[in-house]
Amino acid sequence: MTDQTPTAVERAAKLQGLGSKRKRVEDARFTQGKGNYVDDIKLPGMLFGDFVRSPYGHARIKGIDKDAALAVPGVVAVLTAEDLKPLNLHYMPTLAGDVQAVLADEKVLFQGQEVAFVVAENRYVAADAVELVEVEYEQLDAVNDAFKAMDADAPLLREDIKDKQEGAHGPRKHYNHIFTWEVGDKEATHKALADAEVVAEELITYQRVHPCPLETCGCVASMDKVNGKLTIWGTFQAPHAVRTVASLITNIPEHNIRIISPDIGGGFGNKVGVYPGYICSAVASIVTGVPIKWVEDRIENLTSTAFARDYHMTGRIAATRDGRITGLDCHVLADHGAFDACADPTKFPAGFFNICTGSYDIPVAHVSVDGVYTNKAPGGVAYRCSFRVTEASYFIERMIDVLARKLDMDPAELRMKNFIKQSQFPYTSALGWEYDSGDYETAMDKAMTTVDYAGLRAEQAENRAAFDRGETRSLMGIGVAFFTEIVGAGPVKNCDILGLGMFDSCEIRIHPTGSAIARLGTISQGQGHATTFAQILASEIGIPADQITVEEGDTDTAPYGLGTYGSRSTPVAGAATAMAGRKIRAKAQMIAAYLLEVHEDDLEWDIDRFQVKGNPEAAKTMAEIAFASYNQAIPGLEPGLEAVSYYDPPNMTYPFGAYLCVVDVDVDTGVTDVRRFYALDDCGTRINPMIIEGQVHGGLTEALAIAMGQEIAYDEIGNVKGASLLDFYLPTAVETPVWETDHTVTPSPHHPIGAKGVGESPNVGGVSAFSNAVNDAFAHKGLTHTQMPHDHWRVWKTAERLGLNG
Amino acid sequence: MIPGAFDYHRPASLGEAITLANELGDDARVLAGGHSLIPMMKLRMAVPEHLIDLADIDDLKGIDERDGTLQIGAMTSQAEIIGSGLLAERCPILRETAEQIADPQIRNVGTIGGNVANGDPGNDMPALMQALNASYALTGAGGTREVPARNFYEAAYFTALEPGEVLSAIHIPIPPAGHGYAYEKQKRKVGDYATAAAAVLLTMEGGVCTSASIALTNVGDTPLFAEAAGAALVGSAFDEGAVGAAVSAAEAIASPAEDGRGPVDFRTRVAGVMVRRAIGRAASRAR
Repeated sequence: MTDQTPTAVERAAKLQGLGSKRKRVEDARFTQGKGNYVDDIKLPGMLFGDFVRSPYGHARIKGIDKDAALAVPGVVAVLTAEDLKPLNLHYMPTLAGDVQAVLADEKVLFQGQEVAFVVAENRYVAADAVELVEVEYEQLDAVNDAFKAMDADAPLLREDIKDKQEGAHGPRKHYNHIFTWEVGDKEATHKALADAEVVAEELITYQRVHPCPLETCGCVASMDKVNGKLTIWGTFQAPHAVRTVASLITNIPEHNIRIISPDIGGGFGNKVGVYPGYICSAVASIVTGVPIKWVEDRIENLTSTAFARDYHMTGRIAATRDGRITGLDCHVLADHGAFDACADPTKFPAGFFNICTGSYDIPVAHVSVDGVYTNKAPGGVAYRCSFRVTEASYFIERMIDVLARKLDMDPAELRMKNFIKQSQFPYTSALGWEYDSGDYETAMDKAMTTVDYAGLRAEQAENRAAFDRGETRSLMGIGVAFFTEIVGAGPVKNCDILGLGMFDSCEIRIHPTGSAIARLGTISQGQGHATTFAQILASEIGIPADQITVEEGDTDTAPYGLGTYGSRSTPVAGAATAMAGRKIRAKAQMIAAYLLEVHEDDLEWDIDRFQVKGNPEAAKTMAEIAFASYNQAIPGLEPGLEAVSYYDPPNMTYPFGAYLCVVDVDVDTGVTDVRRFYALDDCGTRINPMIIEGQVHGGLTEALAIAMGQEIAYDEIGNVKGASLLDFYLPTAVETPVWETDHTVTPSPHHPIGAKGVGESPNVGGVSAFSNAVNDAFAHKGLTHTQMPHDHWRVWKTAERLGLNG
Repeated sequence: MIPGAFDYHRPASLGEAITLANELGDDARVLAGGHSLIPMMKLRMAVPEHLIDLADIDDLKGIDERDGTLQIGAMTSQAEIIGSGLLAERCPILRETAEQIADPQIRNVGTIGGNVANGDPGNDMPALMQALNASYALTGAGGTREVPARNFYEAAYFTALEPGEVLSAIHIPIPPAGHGYAYEKQKRKVGDYATAAAAVLLTMEGGVCTSASIALTNVGDTPLFAEAAGAALVGSAFDEGAVGAAVSAAEAIASPAEDGRGPVDFRTRVAGVMVRRAIGRAASRAR
């Protein structure tokens, strides 16, 4: 060994594997404007599609006159439901077992619903023609309040299924009812409530919001009539699932459909579903034989593609007088809009809402969820969270605070008192989940110490006294939140979407000179997969991350997978990547044994090579092994070095964290200033700390947006109030506070590298922390709960109700 | 979000622009920075067949002082307002207000003339112009006439500007040296219109208010010159009685619409709070 020989530390550092703050390889092109998004795709002869949309929330279509539109030079076609009926494509199946109108059939059910699809030579002509399609409507009474959807005299919304007694998830109670889903022990829970020393009850509404990715939804569909192949470039978070659905809908054999997700400008759940624009573009391309592009504008995105939340959660929590929680009951009224297009695993119509016992050892619990139709846009996606997990986390974290008020106990102390203890893991919750690992007390202790929680409470007491003396018009609020997520859907035994098991995949090819390509069934929308999956592999197979290309999103080349949403990429595809890497390493070990003329059992892995035990100088690096696999005939082994893994996770993963938020509320204006935000995340093994920090920053900013301002609201007749970014709250850098991040590490015991996923944690925990802080500011004045969003006027109204602003 | 078809004109002189505007009549709109007009066109709330872009007309640019009056060309950008040393010295509330308009990119393109001329009650400059008692030079085929900002606004998007006229310049009487000023604006985020905003200018002598001028943004169909609110301060030492009366007078004329920023009672009250805070800050600056 010479002095130039790299040390083990140097060799490991060169890999930029697990734990490295490797810079994002994607950013070179994004920061130079060299990304390739759907709207960057330009094909010869391409036409453009644009929608005629309903101006009404609920109306009967009396007639559609296309003549004036068709007379515009450059207009190629105007499609309506009548044109799609012969193809049986006027309705499409949703991910939730319902059907959704592709183009409105006889009725419109929400403002912005797709009524006709204009195809023209360019966008301008298409937009002109949209104005000229004359649709005659008869306006009908609308349902905009979920609580009135099942009234005896409520307007009938879905005439297409009015006689359908049995929905996708059991019997329907009313013509506007979709499903009832129940879990837990109702009898024992109600007994615990009846016997309890203290019961706190609250209606907690999580308002309708929208993921609002910077890039809206869109596609380019191109039918090659010569070889019969349909290619669709689109903003798809699950390209393989789209391919299968497209094949089932169109009857085009799956091998003749190619789905490509190019660069995607944020998804956050908005790009999981299948939208009428995709179907209409595909049909138009099949009919015309030329490519068709359709891209939403911002107003279309906010009003017609998938919303999130809209959950009305009525909770009752039982406890002893000294703060031991003895039971939890929750009824959810779920507003699903006009069609049930929720994106949840098939068996979970309310997603994983039954994670709503949170981080607490609650002996009995019961949840029932009723989904209803309203005259609002369909959707119900997981906006930067796992399926309905933000709703569940917000529910329990508010309920804990409500209980703390009732008990006159500090909310942090109440949490500490009821945590699932480290010794209880793996822990089976009252609502049936098996939590894989956790150490909540350590995380909470670290958080409380770092922020000097006692000091903050003392400062708050001073602030309150000063307020009462008239020395300040600002109230300090402290929000504590401790969340447990459930991500990484999921085990095929209970998780599927449209019958497709929610495994994921990775295929690796090692090139002769020792670099590699890995292809996965997921698709990055900004998460940095090309950076982090290469890091997982670098640690597994000893090839530097910089020499590993990660490719996703082309169904002709990538192995089948269920895509990226619900923080599933790292728990599922990340595991597949590690497992495929281990297959590579197993074969590499056999090759090394042959090359070194020893038995494989005499070899040990060391960072980037196999070496003979006790004689480390006798070694073969992965690069040497790769070359040998291509240039030597090795007895008993096939040439080449490739592997594929389809990973069916044995369990979900359960990231957790402790968040703390300090706000100052100006009672005269309702303006809330976030003075401090501390986020401690435990996502198990940390793949790239820099990317984790970026994910946390982004998720907290979205959480801030939701808690402080986002809302898709409808008026009585079904008009969307504030459907542009003028009103829909997207904070800028100016409104965004400084984020303090921290972590503990509790690896997942069942994941190959112990990672749990992090992208959604900050949204799940953040919303509760903001909301708890605003509620806490008024707690001493008698406030128990006030609904989000905590925008200026609502906060001011709260102050007014409490007699604080004169 | 795709505008209708239109022809684009880019005259090199004001005379040429006015000739075009008169020839094309109602089918034409004058384009300044475009930050109100272009979004309206994308939403097809405005569908002009002709756009007359004033960008190349040098006569419409620039900031000058003449005989105790500041003269600002209509095509002067908000960024140029902010950057002007002359304005900072003579009338610093212009900078303070312009800095609260949207973000730097918009301020680089958005113009003061466009801001005051299009009659959007959400714009910030119109109320300030009323508080400053500015007047607008309206140039048409028959020459130029001056209209005070306090008489210019008739209803949302309706102004004293006649077809064929272009708002060419703004004239602002220079406030007395040592005057106090403040523009207070509450908004939901950068880029939003005001929930309510107030411009206050005042002068003091020996701790007593000798003059006060107050105007309100986005709490009515037009900017609102709150004459009684200003009058309530004159002769006072800014005691609670006087300030409270000014706030009440401002709230009394506020008639905001309910929108995403909040209900009527809230926005009215915020207008009062903005007036109160602007008075406080202006008084602290006066000498």
